[in-house]
Amino acid sequence: MSKLEITIRGRKHSFQISRRTLTVIALLMLANLAAIIVCVGLGSQTIGPLGVIRAIFGAGDPSESMIVMSLRMPRIAIAVLVGAALAVSGALLQGIVRNPLTSPDIIGISGGASLGTVVFILYFSHVSIRFMPVSAIAGAFAAAFLIYLFAYRRGITPLRLVLIGIGMATAITAFTYMLILTASFTPTAVAVKAFTFMTGSIYGVSWERDVATLLPWLVVLMPVALLYARHLNVQELGDDVAASVGSRVQAKRTILLFISVALAGAAVAIGGAINFIGLMAPHIARKLVGPAYGGVIPVSALIGSLVLLLSDLVARVAFIPLDIPAGVFTAAIGAPFFIYLLYRHRNGAS
Amino acid sequence: MSVIEAKSLTLSYGQKPVFSGLDLSVPPGKITVLIGSNGCGKSTLLRSLARLLKPQEGSILLDGTEMAKLSSKEIARRLAILPQGPVAPEGLTVHQLVKQGRYPYQSWLQQWSKEDERMVNNALEVTDMDGLANRPVDSLSGGQRQRAWIAMTLAQNTPAILLDEPTTYLDMTHQIEVLDLLFDLNEQENRTVVMVLHDINLACRYAHQIVAVKDGQIYAQGAPETIMNEQLIRSVFDMECQVTYDPIFGTPLCIPYGKGRKIAKAAVAAF
Repeated sequence: MSKLEITIRGRKHSFQISRRTLTVIALLMLANLAAIIVCVGLGSQTIGPLGVIRAIFGAGDPSESMIVMSLRMPRIAIAVLVGAALAVSGALLQGIVRNPLTSPDIIGISGGASLGTVVFILYFSHVSIRFMPVSAIAGAFAAAFLIYLFAYRRGITPLRLVLIGIGMATAITAFTYMLILTASFTPTAVAVKAFTFMTGSIYGVSWERDVATLLPWLVVLMPVALLYARHLNVQELGDDVAASVGSRVQAKRTILLFISVALAGAAVAIGGAINFIGLMAPHIARKLVGPAYGGVIPVSALIGSLVLLLSDLVARVAFIPLDIPAGVFTAAIGAPFFIYLLYRHRNGAS
Repeated sequence: MSVIEAKSLTLSYGQKPVFSGLDLSVPPGKITVLIGSNGCGKSTLLRSLARLLKPQEGSILLDGTEMAKLSSKEIARRLAILPQGPVAPEGLTVHQLVKQGRYPYQSWLQQWSKEDERMVNNALEVTDMDGLANRPVDSLSGGQRQRAWIAMTLAQNTPAILLDEPTTYLDMTHQIEVLDLLFDLNEQENRTVVMVLHDINLACRYAHQIVAVKDGQIYAQGAPETIMNEQLIRSVFDMECQVTYDPIFGTPLCIPYGKGRKIAKAAVAAF
């Protein structure tokens, strides 16, 4: 047993992590790094690995440096951040509602963020674009608040939350499309922008506007999510068991929901309504490292990043000169791997 | 040793009152078993004693202090409850499950102290689960699974353990295995055990004290050999029976009347 787990103990801290989780995290980091190098190199103009490294260290050819540092790197950074945020948001949500078939897009939280963004695109196009994320996050919280309100009956039971969320997601999506279609004054270009957003795209992002907006949210929320892993672990055993070991279940659940909603809202504001990652990344993580959240959260984040990096690469490169929204490919990239994992585990083998 | 007391407990589900003004004192260091027919409120009583349900009126005292005034973690260091039919997430190993029992002792920086490790290993050993520690809980047999959950409550290292029907869905071998384990925990470590059981005869065999619950009231309370009789079974379970003595343990044995095959006395003697 001691061979499977690594214990870290100091005077005031102590943790235990499994060897397997560490290995998986290391391998996924390498995979992400490889994907990043490929993503930077490929495009309408191919740049070799050496050129990429030179550009990053500011010693390259000026036009190549411009492509790498101003066009491709911000987009890659956003893919990493948005993918990780969506995946962790989904992992937390699945733990909170104890239902593995849930994700922020399924229960309407992403939908709320989308609605917030679409309202901004349609009605506040004269306001600085810097406020778009605020509108998206407000939408996500409004949706979450409504779901919470309707689902509340002397505390939140997971099943009610999911059922009401699914209803809410459908209603919000329908309302968003109705808004786009019926706004007769909408110029076609604006409508197309809104539709692209609804598919999920990280086209044309910049350091100053997008990366700088998203990064602070993740820097704060990701460590909190990791610290809350142990509360989620006991909640997974059922409310009674969680209460028996002394967890204040409703209070912790509310905070966890807040983290999940904020992550989804921030991700949607920048990346649009990208589906699938929030649902599948946590599943893939659980198949790789088991259900304990100390492992599931970081592994989900790395898988979310990897899937979105690869999806955006295909979206950007496969149909040059067309740049397809990355949201179209997330399922196509992630699903085969997921099905492979299910197939390998079909008889309960590990 | 923990003393758990209920003082004029009043509790209702919606409009339907379950108890009104119920008093109960659980003797420390003993095995107490709650019995009663389906829906009589015995599970509700057990859950209230473990603060999983809040009473509308009255209070639950833990070592003389009102539970409402104690923090959840403080209670969790003195009292553990294993609910009925708990389910572990798919793929969770026995070791990972048992670790969760250490929650009330952990903080965000202290998540695996030496004491945690010692208690988890001890719990695995006592329940004879150390060989299965790295197996997923969902791959175990019913009896092993229940032992894994009991190991989790043991890792909590509380003087009192409450269990809601710990033998449900187990075959007879595993029922005895689980009850023997709880009996040993009481004998050797002097832990207070309070549980709901459906089998009256097993209740009589293992309990120092039986609490018979009827319609949200305590109908009778005491050692099985003093309180168990035909009259009690008739009132509490609405059933006619004959109470005799267990040929091995000498504890009361209840044989229900009703239908069934009858074998002639001569044939019985031939056994």
